[in-house]
Amino acid sequence: MSVIKVHELSKNFGSLHAVNALSFEVQAGEVFGFLGQNGSGKSTTIRMLLSLIYPSSGSIELFDLPLQANRNQIAERVGAIIERPDLYPYLTAKEHLQLFAKLSKQKISKEQIARTLEQVGLSLRSADKVNTFSLGMKQRLGIAIALVHNPDLIILDEPTNGLDPQGIADIRHLIQDLAKQDGKTVLVSSHLLSEIEQVASQILIIHQGKKVAMGPTQTLLDPNKAIIHIVTQHDEQALSILGISKYAQNIMQRKDGIYLSIATNEIPALHQFIVAANIPLMSFELKRSLEDYFLQITSMQ
Amino acid sequence: MWPIIQIETFKIFKRPRTYIAFGAIAALILVIQMGLKIDGESYAAFLMKDINNTLIVDGKVLNGYLICYILLQLLLVHVPLLVALIAADMISGEANLGTLRLLLTTPYSRTQWVLAKFIAASIYTILLLIWLAFLALFLSMWIFGTDDLFLMKSNYVVLIEGQDVFWRYVGAFVFASFSLLTVTALGFLMSSLANNSIGPIVATISAIVFFTILSTLNIPLFSAIKPYLFTTHMNNWKEFFDIKVTDTNEAITGSILNVAKIKNSIIVLVVHIVLFVSASVWIVRKKDILS
Repeated sequence: MSVIKVHELSKNFGSLHAVNALSFEVQAGEVFGFLGQNGSGKSTTIRMLLSLIYPSSGSIELFDLPLQANRNQIAERVGAIIERPDLYPYLTAKEHLQLFAKLSKQKISKEQIARTLEQVGLSLRSADKVNTFSLGMKQRLGIAIALVHNPDLIILDEPTNGLDPQGIADIRHLIQDLAKQDGKTVLVSSHLLSEIEQVASQILIIHQGKKVAMGPTQTLLDPNKAIIHIVTQHDEQALSILGISKYAQNIMQRKDGIYLSIATNEIPALHQFIVAANIPLMSFELKRSLEDYFLQITSMQ
Repeated sequence: MWPIIQIETFKIFKRPRTYIAFGAIAALILVIQMGLKIDGESYAAFLMKDINNTLIVDGKVLNGYLICYILLQLLLVHVPLLVALIAADMISGEANLGTLRLLLTTPYSRTQWVLAKFIAASIYTILLLIWLAFLALFLSMWIFGTDDLFLMKSNYVVLIEGQDVFWRYVGAFVFASFSLLTVTALGFLMSSLANNSIGPIVATISAIVFFTILSTLNIPLFSAIKPYLFTTHMNNWKEFFDIKVTDTNEAITGSILNVAKIKNSIIVLVVHIVLFVSASVWIVRKKDILS
């Protein structure tokens, strides 16, 4: 069952096409990673999913219901944080959850509020006003607000912003638990691509408002494909040699060196070729993470 | 919609800023009451000096009713500025804080949110007015006692019997609530247009000052629009203290000289409230929430 169905969605701000004919579906129970560079249209898309921004064209269905016509009904089943943890500085953490629990139109017990605070590691600070919180704590509270009414769909826009490494790991585990144990559908966007790589089962990459890749994480991170990053003393010399080799079609030059996209079993042969060609090699590194893939395809656009 | 009205009211009264207006009103009233308590007799003598030769006034001129009238004349001009502090921040303040996004992802429509916020701001305004009434009327009655109300207008004097005064204050405060709710609605409209707190507050205060000047200027060019300006009608609470008289110039107890003027003013103010709030709803429903 599709929880999110987006079809040919576009949003224009004047002459700027922030989102351009974007289509994708998110299935129930999956963690859907939403990737893109800053300004690629991720947040605009998420705001359209939450009815904060009206699309210029295209359609959005959540839980098989058209969003515009069923906004309030749909909103009862969605929890979200958007970019920053914007909170009321004069309220405590507990008051925030009580307030948003009341807004959810559901009966939410004190125990559930306490459990949610514990889930994000804020139990001990529940009575403190938010103006005493660090950015990381605010982020945790923002996530707690998204979770307090036990929504079926959780939309997390940059949820690890401002968190320390332990906090990032905690949120990663929380996202995994939400999907695996509670059967929730999670759409998570992040610029920390390594985080998405570890939690998402499906990934959508957008660039300049357009979809550039989408599919299961395992497929996008095909273990039979590799990206080699080489740094030499003379990139021009290396490029001229590689440019007439059998690797010519797979070369990409960036500021930080030369990238080659090849099959994994070709790595030893490539290394031998470079050494044999007397290319003054300073570094030869296998890169195969989603981040590399992401950089590769967004750079190629 | 009741839960969101409760929440909006709760948020208003959790903010320290809210209590500035209550504190300012209390401080002003208490200072004036203290001054009049200490030096009231000489102040009353000063007020009466021009008419002492033609009228013999028996009883206590400087009583709680007169003190309240003096206080309202002084304060009802400035209370709108205090109302604007909260009303003009209701939407733009949340946009500035970023919390508007959170609210608009809840299962309530934008129209419901705007109306709930306006109702909450109105509750604040009414409570501020009740606070003003408590201090200006009831506290003055307690400190200075009650007697007939003796008012000196520009070219005549009004004497209202003591037992005929209290209900007039009730009427005046009810009328004042319409005036202040118009300011609340104006502040609210300004708030829906901006994403920061200061701009709408300044714009609301500026609009009140601008239209008040237009209302008071006796320039023929502006005469045609003056009846439709809310500022022309905001101070008509004073009409409750103009009383009908018989042919022999005896006051008719329980009467108001110009009821039609009061009704007309209330209609103009209500129309402004409806227009301002409707415009706010329309603007918020249409706009993309980016901040």
